[in-house]
Amino acid sequence: MIQTTTRQVDALTPQFVAEADELVSHYPVSKRSASLPLLHLWQNHFGFIDDTGVEWIAAKLELTPVNILELVTFYPWFRREQAGKTIIRVCRTLACALAGSYEVREKFCQSVGIDPHCYSHGFGEAPPTSADGNFSVEFVECLASCGSAPVALINDELVENITIANVPTIVEQFK
Amino acid sequence: MTLSTPHPKERRIIFGNISKPGYAPDIDTYIAHGGYEALKKALGMKPSEIVDAVKAANLRGRGGAGFPAGTKWSFIRYDDGKPHYIVVNGDESEPGTFKDRYILHQDPHQLIEGLAISSFATNTNLAYIYIRCEFPKAAKIVWNAIKEAHAKGFLGKNILGTGFNLDIYVHQGAGAYICGEETSLLESLEGKRPYPRIKPPYFPAVLGLYMKPTIVNNVETLCHVKHILNMGPEEYARMGTPGDGGTRTMCVSGDVMRPGFYELPCGAVTLGELIYDVCGGLKPGRTLKAVIPGGSSAKVLRAGEVFKVKVKGPDGQMVDKDIPLLDVVMDAASLQSVGTMVGSGGVMIMDDSRDMVWALNNLNQFYAHESCGQCTPCREGSLWMSKVTTRIIDQGARPDDAKNLKNIADNIAGRTICAFGEACSWPTQSFLAKFPDEFEKRVV
Repeated sequence: MIQTTTRQVDALTPQFVAEADELVSHYPVSKRSASLPLLHLWQNHFGFIDDTGVEWIAAKLELTPVNILELVTFYPWFRREQAGKTIIRVCRTLACALAGSYEVREKFCQSVGIDPHCYSHGFGEAPPTSADGNFSVEFVECLASCGSAPVALINDELVENITIANVPTIVEQFK
Repeated sequence: MTLSTPHPKERRIIFGNISKPGYAPDIDTYIAHGGYEALKKALGMKPSEIVDAVKAANLRGRGGAGFPAGTKWSFIRYDDGKPHYIVVNGDESEPGTFKDRYILHQDPHQLIEGLAISSFATNTNLAYIYIRCEFPKAAKIVWNAIKEAHAKGFLGKNILGTGFNLDIYVHQGAGAYICGEETSLLESLEGKRPYPRIKPPYFPAVLGLYMKPTIVNNVETLCHVKHILNMGPEEYARMGTPGDGGTRTMCVSGDVMRPGFYELPCGAVTLGELIYDVCGGLKPGRTLKAVIPGGSSAKVLRAGEVFKVKVKGPDGQMVDKDIPLLDVVMDAASLQSVGTMVGSGGVMIMDDSRDMVWALNNLNQFYAHESCGQCTPCREGSLWMSKVTTRIIDQGARPDDAKNLKNIADNIAGRTICAFGEACSWPTQSFLAKFPDEFEKRVV
């Protein structure tokens, strides 16, 4: 059980609700289909998904909370605690690993002050985060850019052909 | 990645405008390059003519399974009175594959036009484009392209005055490889945990999205449709080999001088030509060790292998022929005849500096992470294969490890609901069969 001190649902804005309604309208056959879009909307807005988020989305789609919680715990993208402002997702899979992604991840960790021995264990946990809360670094599976390996997805930006030497410069750009 | 000059062996059809200087993903650029002409043509045809054209073109699905696209479409009965759906699989996540990324980011209207044509051919009025959430920009670009197409009357109600209606929406995944499996993708789109459905009875063409007839096609597959209509199916089919028409995008990664995407007519090059000519060969001083020819799930091939293949001789009799690895033609039938597959076109090259146990361990960790957990053999087996290879690397191998690994893999394949079972056991089975020495020398 992840403890939070504030209830995210108390901070909902009419604009957020309007966006949620718009997303639900994309699924004229079954409202339940909107559960992933609403989870994305919630996480993009609040940074993570707390119990009140799970309950609100379930109520919106006329489901029980467990229908939403089982998605949060299944999909690696969703988390139940705050992560860093910038999330560095380094690709771990073969083509990137051949090109040195393990060393690249370690260098990212060192450059932002995270112990490289820490890994996220999933199930909604946030990836290892720097003490100042600015950066999280995690390994993810194939990002589908094997021809320009190694790559990382940093927030919404794909950074390609990373070398150990240019990691600090990349980190600087996202500070 | 910018690869603006195509290799002379390439024939860029799908990638014609990708990485081209000055080409933007907006609708005006697309129309200026002849866009939406194929849709206008299609709307004047009989729907069955379009399906027949796709069949005649010998277009095979580009997502991995390689099922003939026209045949898939013909499973949908045009006027059965049920709603039909088309779902575009843009969940591109097979390690080694990176073609749809460029289409979605740089030429989204090509996909939307192909989708509109296929919807018209199959009497479909609602379609979804499922894009993995690791492509956040692509989702925005495609969504924007859909709005542009609406504004110009290519989507929405009464398209170009023909009375045909079509709405398209973008649906984002959430980081799960399993959602690339078509029935898992449908469960995900229905808002459930994406556990694949068992076939039979849940063939998407019969009981698909919301239990209605549904076509699930890969992004690249649908992009080909427009070109089939523009070129004519016969000319399109002629570009490839019999049974595998058109061009295929090869995504090459690993230890070559020029990794990247190359759009080649099906069967136009051998593996040797792909590596040493198209991709500029291996790094200086290195020799070839292994090739994974069709995404990480395809069985690995060892350098120097010679395959015994049955081919039709000049007198029509089947004769044995020796084919060295580098002479294997890169099309569906040839790769199948040497025991592997063309899959999604992701070719990974490894040179003699690579440790095969390490490479297998990397893939095993991938599959252990991505198994959805629905079927016991896969959930437990993928994890154990990963644990064993990790232990071999950390502490050395036990004498029984190779045997045990094979035993685990053999007990996953064929015993699961979806093809992930095969996908996760083929690497282990093939690495053990092709590189037994690498496992033996680890024994302590």
